Amino acid sequence: MSGPTSQGTASDPSSMPETAIEIAARVRAGEVSARSVVEATFARIGAHEAEIHAFTTLTGEQALAAADEVDRKVAAGEDPGPLAGVPIALKDNLCTRGVTTTCSSKILEHWVPPYDATVVRRLARAGAIAVGKTNLDEFAMGSSTESSAFGPTRNPWDLTKVPGGSSGGSAAAVAAGFVPLALGSDTGGSIRQPAALCGVVGVKPTYGVVSRYGLIAFASSLDQIGPFATTVSDAAALLESIGGHDARDSTSLAVAAPRCSEVLGDGVEGLRVGVIGDFLNDASPDCSSAVRAAAEVLAAAGAKVDDVSIPELLHGLSAYYLIAPAEASSNLARYDGVRYGLRVDGPDVETMNARTRAAGFGPEVKRRIMLGTYVLSAGYYDAYYAQAQRVRTLVARAFARAYGQFDVLLAPTTPSVAFDLGAKTSDPLEMYLADLFTIPSNLAGHPAMTVPFALGEGGLPVGVQIFAPALGEREMFRAGVVVEAGADPAASGPVPMGSVDTGAAGGVR
Amino acid sequence: MTTAESTPDSTALDTTWEIVIGLEVHCELATATKLFCGCANRFGSEANTQVCPVCLGLPGSLPVLNRRAVELAIRIGRSLHCEIRPSTFHRKNYFYPDMPKDYQVSQYDKPINVDGYLELPSGKRIGVERAHIEEDTGKTTHIGGGGRINDADHSLVDYNRAGVPLVEIVSRPDLRGAEEARAYVSELRAILVASGASDGRMEEGSLRVDANISVRPAGTTAFGTRCEVKNLNSLRSLGRAIDHEAERQIALLEGGGRVVQETRHWNEGEGRTSSMRSKEEAYDYRYFSEPDLVPLEPDEAFIAEATAGMALMPAARRRRLSALISGDGDAPLPTSAVEQVATLVDLGLDDLVVAAVGLGADSRLALARGANEAAQSAEEARHLDAAVFAELLGLEATGKLSSTQSKTVLAELLERGGEPEEIARRLGFEALSEDDLGVVLDSVIAANPAEWERYVGGEDKVAQLLTGQVMKATKGRANGKAVAAALAERRG
Repeated sequence: MSGPTSQGTASDPSSMPETAIEIAARVRAGEVSARSVVEATFARIGAHEAEIHAFTTLTGEQALAAADEVDRKVAAGEDPGPLAGVPIALKDNLCTRGVTTTCSSKILEHWVPPYDATVVRRLARAGAIAVGKTNLDEFAMGSSTESSAFGPTRNPWDLTKVPGGSSGGSAAAVAAGFVPLALGSDTGGSIRQPAALCGVVGVKPTYGVVSRYGLIAFASSLDQIGPFATTVSDAAALLESIGGHDARDSTSLAVAAPRCSEVLGDGVEGLRVGVIGDFLNDASPDCSSAVRAAAEVLAAAGAKVDDVSIPELLHGLSAYYLIAPAEASSNLARYDGVRYGLRVDGPDVETMNARTRAAGFGPEVKRRIMLGTYVLSAGYYDAYYAQAQRVRTLVARAFARAYGQFDVLLAPTTPSVAFDLGAKTSDPLEMYLADLFTIPSNLAGHPAMTVPFALGEGGLPVGVQIFAPALGEREMFRAGVVVEAGADPAASGPVPMGSVDTGAAGGVR
Repeated sequence: MTTAESTPDSTALDTTWEIVIGLEVHCELATATKLFCGCANRFGSEANTQVCPVCLGLPGSLPVLNRRAVELAIRIGRSLHCEIRPSTFHRKNYFYPDMPKDYQVSQYDKPINVDGYLELPSGKRIGVERAHIEEDTGKTTHIGGGGRINDADHSLVDYNRAGVPLVEIVSRPDLRGAEEARAYVSELRAILVASGASDGRMEEGSLRVDANISVRPAGTTAFGTRCEVKNLNSLRSLGRAIDHEAERQIALLEGGGRVVQETRHWNEGEGRTSSMRSKEEAYDYRYFSEPDLVPLEPDEAFIAEATAGMALMPAARRRRLSALISGDGDAPLPTSAVEQVATLVDLGLDDLVVAAVGLGADSRLALARGANEAAQSAEEARHLDAAVFAELLGLEATGKLSSTQSKTVLAELLERGGEPEEIARRLGFEALSEDDLGVVLDSVIAANPAEWERYVGGEDKVAQLLTGQVMKATKGRANGKAVAAALAERRG
């Protein structure tokens, strides 16, 4: 397994793809057609999707039509958009007009939305080409993509490993070199954790920076859409195309998308970086040493690095597993068989509701609905939900205290590298711990990103996480691009799929 | 009440019962669009034609609060003398097929309007605990089995109403009896219409009433166990349901039983309430803060803008008219005048009377002609020019027209319009000259010598008979006051 190799041409399916920025530049200049980019993309997907299972739906026809429209604009001298001709994969909890949107659940297996999510519309306007919908843990509930009703996605680095989750399909699609960009959603780490496990860049923006309109809700107060990319600069370009105020989302902030691309060359001279010491003890040695090494990279580049203790952040996990299921129990009530999605008939409405939900939801979704229903119940609300909200406030205050001293914070993204398929499916609590380091920023509504940094146990990639205060994306990206420059190039995707020993990895359980 | 045989508890023998009622009124706001999306808020369209991803609760859709709905909610709060406060939205979770998200977005512990009151025409103030914003549900129709849910073959749901903005107005348990409850709803309806918040059409479901009813021995202060009665969609239903439910509870208590707290359904056809669900079966709504909406914090400027140009509320209109009638005096108006004032305000004719008085008309006369005569043709009267009305009243007050003539001219004005003096002339209502009246009076006295003697002898009431004779002789053209004056003068 090796790192990225030399860039090939987009039209050569056997070669490694270019970055999104490079593709867009060449398409806009008329050097390569969007159609040929899309054809090459589907050639790569066709060659390896059977092993990876990154997608729930592929939209080849629509992608070619969109590519032709970009090519027409280029030919006509019209502006085809900043992401012209760039193939992108969409997590299958983002509504796409006319294209099945399943949340990897049986209950929405055949549901076709009559409308596009705001991010989908913005991507189309930017000239990006959606090539398909990616697999996820059912309703984004999970950390391995194994709770998908349509089977797990496999980690392109090692097909016996999970890609992480819940946006495992998006992470794997980028890591496998199928697409240079993908969108995921991050409720407790669902972008950053799989990005780290797949050796790609993953960004959870500030809550409210990217519109949630058309994102099928898991936990509304925590959900945020964000980019997957192979480079920090590609992630910045994608965020610029999808971010900014949207009148359709009342929680959308009245700000423009953060312009991170323009600060990527600014360096980190004088940037105050805090290393969250509390997390290092709970991470495996490879993950914690990556953080120390990244801190040294930043210090060498002129940042002022110091350790900081924020013990409250570790309480985030328990608060999260009360708040998120509570909101989910309400958000998922609508799947009742009455209006859309699966219906299993019964003699009366209540029985029909119950049968539909029993057949349509998988065990993890049912577990969280029951948990959420319980913690909101009369007599338990104060002890659980209200208490969790107090912890949430505590986490936000603890962050605020730290940001009095620091501009950004450094932490491991995950407690370990990618684990074996099936290793944690029988122990939900063990699975929940995979989100220990990512959850605090969701609770606080702050931005965070993961940058692939080193190879760890089993030659698998290790990510380093960078936290920033609300709307601190520019500082976060400045640090991110410096960490990226100091990273082991072998640790970041795309993985040259041709070199993966699929025979040895065949032991998929 | 009941007989001793059926009442083991002798203390209950002569109990008089007091009926205690609190009302929850759901008012559909007269906005152009729904509460959280741009779909039309219109009654009576073809089923499921006013829907979109948001009001159908499609996966991924999000609500955006309708500014106009907030303005109208603030108008309601102001009209009901509420404190208008920063508020938040909550989700009320329960499964029901006509509720697209299987939760209702409502306001819970922080409603927009709190602690107000409504003043009944009687002057009694009924406390308003809160008036909060929430969304309406769709409408289910059960097909087959007589339209009842339990026997239906299948059910159809129309989501046109789903997401229509509502304000729920919750009264304190200050109402005593069906009559007062009806007066409250009637007054509330007038307020909602006057504030521009609602079209007030109960028959279209624009106002829907639930009643919390309990009974207690008169003179006691502790509340009895209450039942909530739903499906009261007319004033008639409200009155009947309260009477029936109170009788049911009294019979239970007098029979030695207990009232069980529960939700009951009013069946209009059967004229009775029946149990829907007991307290134990009550839903646990699992309220929690709606994460898809932000707190609502209207500032002073927003509230001022929302309430700018609001019409006077009925109670204020009654006060204004009453003050005009009673002049400077603090003496309360006689009951008949209070009723006339209420009638005029109800019919929207108070502006006419107030304007006419402002133009110099006699206030008592304006009140009487307005409430007794103009009220008969209220629609026309609302379009009557106040100056014309004042002119007519002036002709009557100065004796140029008799009251009978004045009423006839008013009827003509309302039916066909015109000028009072011109109509009076056309109808031959020009008053008799003093000379002509003298001639007629002479002949009446000559024809009724005995009566004249009694009148001269001090029997004042005989004047009435003599005046009647004058009226008869002049076919009503004589002015009663002028005749009385002439008679008194002759007597010397």
